[in-house]
Amino acid sequence: MHLIYQIFIDPFVQMGNAPDLLVQTLWEGLVAGVLYSLIALGFVLIFKASGVFNFAQGIMVVFAALTLVGFYEHGIPAYLALALTVAVMFGLAFAVERAMLRPLVNQPDIILFMATFGLTYFLIGFGELVFGGDPKVMIASQLGLPKGAVEIKMAGGFVSLQKIDIAAAIIASLMVAALAVFFQKTRVGRALRAVADSHKAALSVGISLEYIWVIVWFAAGLVALATGIMWGARSEVSFALEIIALKALPVLILGGFTSIPGAIIGGVIIGVGEKIGEFYWGPLLGSGIETWLAYVIALVFLLFRPQGLFGERIIERI
Amino acid sequence: MLYREVGQYKTNYAADMSVMPLIQDRVGIGIILFIAAVIIPYFGNAFLIQAIMIPFLVFSLAAIGLNLLTGYTGLLSLGTGAFMGVGAYACYKLTTYFPGVNILIWIIASGLFSAVVGVVFGLPSLRIKGFYLAVATLAAQFFLSWCFIRQPWFYNYNASGAIEVPTRTLFGIPVTGATAADATRYYVVLGIVVAMTWLASNLVHGRIGRMWMAVRDMDLAAELIGIRLLRTKLLAFAVSSFYCGVAGALLVFQWYGSAEPAVFDVNLSFFILFMVIIGGLGSLTGSYLGAALIFILPIVLRYIPPHLGIPIRPATVDHIQYMVIGALIVLFLIVEPNGLARLWQIGKQKLRVWPFPY
Amino acid sequence: MRLHRVLLGTALAAATLLTVPLAASSADGIYVPLFSYRTGPFAGSGTPIVNGMADYLNMLNERDGGIGGVKIIVEECETGYDTKKGLECYEQVKAKNPVVMNPYSTGITLPLIPKAAIDKIPILSMAYGLSASADGNTFPWVFNPPATYWDGASMFIRYAGGKEGGLERLKGKKIGLVYLDAPYGKEPIPLLEALAKDYGFELKLYPVPAAEMQNQSSQWLNIRRDRPDWIYLQGFGAMNPTAVKEAAKINYPMDHLIGNWWAGNDDDARPAGDGAKGYLSLDFNQVGTNYKVIQDILKYVVDKGKSQTPKDRVGENLYNRGVLNSIIIAEGIRTAQKVSGKKQITGEDMRRGLESLNINEARLKEIGADGFAAPMKVACDDHNGHNAAYMAKWDGTKWVKGSDWIEPLKSKVRPLIESAAKDYAGANAGWPKRTEACDKSS
Repeated sequence: MHLIYQIFIDPFVQMGNAPDLLVQTLWEGLVAGVLYSLIALGFVLIFKASGVFNFAQGIMVVFAALTLVGFYEHGIPAYLALALTVAVMFGLAFAVERAMLRPLVNQPDIILFMATFGLTYFLIGFGELVFGGDPKVMIASQLGLPKGAVEIKMAGGFVSLQKIDIAAAIIASLMVAALAVFFQKTRVGRALRAVADSHKAALSVGISLEYIWVIVWFAAGLVALATGIMWGARSEVSFALEIIALKALPVLILGGFTSIPGAIIGGVIIGVGEKIGEFYWGPLLGSGIETWLAYVIALVFLLFRPQGLFGERIIERI
Repeated sequence: MLYREVGQYKTNYAADMSVMPLIQDRVGIGIILFIAAVIIPYFGNAFLIQAIMIPFLVFSLAAIGLNLLTGYTGLLSLGTGAFMGVGAYACYKLTTYFPGVNILIWIIASGLFSAVVGVVFGLPSLRIKGFYLAVATLAAQFFLSWCFIRQPWFYNYNASGAIEVPTRTLFGIPVTGATAADATRYYVVLGIVVAMTWLASNLVHGRIGRMWMAVRDMDLAAELIGIRLLRTKLLAFAVSSFYCGVAGALLVFQWYGSAEPAVFDVNLSFFILFMVIIGGLGSLTGSYLGAALIFILPIVLRYIPPHLGIPIRPATVDHIQYMVIGALIVLFLIVEPNGLARLWQIGKQKLRVWPFPY
Repeated sequence: MRLHRVLLGTALAAATLLTVPLAASSADGIYVPLFSYRTGPFAGSGTPIVNGMADYLNMLNERDGGIGGVKIIVEECETGYDTKKGLECYEQVKAKNPVVMNPYSTGITLPLIPKAAIDKIPILSMAYGLSASADGNTFPWVFNPPATYWDGASMFIRYAGGKEGGLERLKGKKIGLVYLDAPYGKEPIPLLEALAKDYGFELKLYPVPAAEMQNQSSQWLNIRRDRPDWIYLQGFGAMNPTAVKEAAKINYPMDHLIGNWWAGNDDDARPAGDGAKGYLSLDFNQVGTNYKVIQDILKYVVDKGKSQTPKDRVGENLYNRGVLNSIIIAEGIRTAQKVSGKKQITGEDMRRGLESLNINEARLKEIGADGFAAPMKVACDDHNGHNAAYMAKWDGTKWVKGSDWIEPLKSKVRPLIESAAKDYAGANAGWPKRTEACDKSS
């Protein structure tokens, strides 16, 4: 009886008693969710266009952030460093296409998946060799990102919104909007969608696969850079950041591997779900449940929709 | 010339269906077993046995386990590390509750616990496929890791939060714990791994193995020819987890000697998956070759620079080692996407026609 | 063609492996391997530590020609904080007759503890590893001076009590523990639980899962709800700067947030910048370069380009921690040479040396570390010494001294250590009884 009370009633009583904490929890969940979806977005872009499950997205986040800070530490002004990092990410996309994707064209998915593991290892070694393993401080204020917090008084308490988190939410939405326009309205975007539908058909109407792949990997690199800046500003830039990328995986299965809105909505569901779950129900189970709660939420959704919430329907033929 | 099958007649059905129909294969296996069982323990030093051979055999066993699931049945799993953890923790709980029972029995029995857990987490596989399933198995990985950390019952409420291996004996000789001799541990691991490989070989060449492969090639078609999908897939999960569980128990009891929960984290799962893919999906030999490449190659790479007298810092070696392994993985996949096992087959074919090109 | 190349490569690799020379001669010096982690997610802490350790030992070689006339052979083995690689390092260095092991990771220390007695190589886990291994009667081969995690937690309680106006004033207070959810992080829990009973405060636990190190908003939301009066941070690596930042975010008073000694890296406080001003961290070595020992390192090693340390990072907190660790090693070797009467010592001699270790004020002055650390003494049954530490305070740009030396609550810690050691030996059936005799001097 007591247990039932603790599970089904007590958390809601707590929510009612301290609405400011509830709002704060929702906000934290939302911010975490937006950042998860940024990582997931990188996965989706690449999966959509090349069918590659890009495990290296996480290390690309670290690599982009490290490059940015590394340039700055060598005395290059912040905005120029940003531009140079964008150039480096383009170089990476180009190199990946040349050295990895092109020779592996037409291989089964799992082989390409494995190849991105190789890429991950390579980037870890390369990043540490060039920039060293020490954690670095993200140059958030030099890039013009706001500092401090906005405090809103409500219901006897306060809700504190970090300006950097607000900026993250805005940048993420702008990024998604830009990508959506790019995919829907531009020539390259249409070509991308064609490639996503069928490589062979796209090739036969004269779309260059190589070109498209460089574009999507570059776009994923840009998304990684944005993610790296935001996460870096929230804590620090270090190789431990790579672990965060795993949080994008439940977002992916929830939203579907091929859907950009899916990545966003999935991210928010996972982010809010795990923060609320951890905050109100976590203590019952001994805390720390957010490491697996996201996967369980995703798994439950998956049992009803095996292709994710927004994924394309899987049609199997004999 | 060297690998001729001419003149080797099969006079009955059993001979035709045997796993190693050629005398060369049987001799080869004999030589390898002889090296493993006699040469290495007698002539190898502690480093070779303790830091290379035991881990290599443990990882090979885990790779075989994952290969049964991913290579033979086509179900991609990223939960290997956790299933190994279940084996290790089960063995720890069993041997602390019933210290009187022989440890070897518990090492094998711990695989059964792992198998049950594997079946539970394998249930979604009927509905979920491909990468979606891979991510679903991550749920198992993270949930089980959380259990090992947050539920003190698993580590007997001890202060350090890690599991420690007590000394257990077999015929009066210590086989686990720090007092066990390197050679004793090595023989225990070797014995279990060889026996279980033999078992796996029979399994995949028989009815069950064929069912698995039919499901891998196309599960709808397999269902149409009368294979019960749920049963077959769950059986694959059970057998695979059994192997991983035993490997996990061996890892802690015969190699580490004490383990933090972090040992069984998601990186271990990835590590085993590398071995399976690089070694060759759907090949037992490949599991060994993959384990050798992924586990032993980095160790070799570490020793090359000091061996050649290049003054280079250990940390730099580590960085370069990461880059080299990353590049090698991609290179291997480009050269031979079917893994080392396929290379081995090509090599055998070359030997067969040697010295002629074809 | 391609196949040939691959096969050739594999054959070459195999050939190299078989010819790797594993047992280098160590007749011409005392071999001290250092396990380092300059790579991986915790490299931020690992790099300064191993830099400090190597620099001090190299300085002794340069300045004095080693210890007692015998050169020290310093060799790093990179573990990346990975237990698997650590065990490989152990097997690799074991063949070269090391006198002491510095595993530098709780995960690597735990499996090495049972091996130490068999291989006769003492383990020096300086203020990390298994707290219970401070009991020399159960663990004759393991040393963890100057203080255990339990001492650390008791010093924190003592400090908090002092600020509240006496330990008894802690009654009814809430004390939070934010910790990395791993054996390392969980270490202080048994002691804090015992103290909570004794002093009547309420202990609140906030575990941070390793995968969520940089994503701690849930834990700090809980802290905002519970409003603990004091927080003890047992974190590591990227977890610490994130925790400090989150604390600043919820306006938690920084002078009530106290990190243990591994949460006191310069990189832990720096990312939060001004927000971290006032953050305290336990510490047993002083920060900065105003000590003769550090000046000597600069003169003999760093300025001569024989170090991997950038000059501006000499004197950082964890760098000096590494130096202190090497001081313990060096003094252990020196004492071992004295008690054994040999110049070229073995692991067994080193064990005796460490058991007789007594670095008093006079000795600290002699080695140029006057005021650099509190005097420390290790005994036959007490392999830790339960020595004092102090609070370092972050002033916005660097660590400064934030309190006097604080003695641990030894009377509370010691019984727990002894019972934990007994539990350990009991759980590991066949744990060997101590057969090693105690030296008179200890």
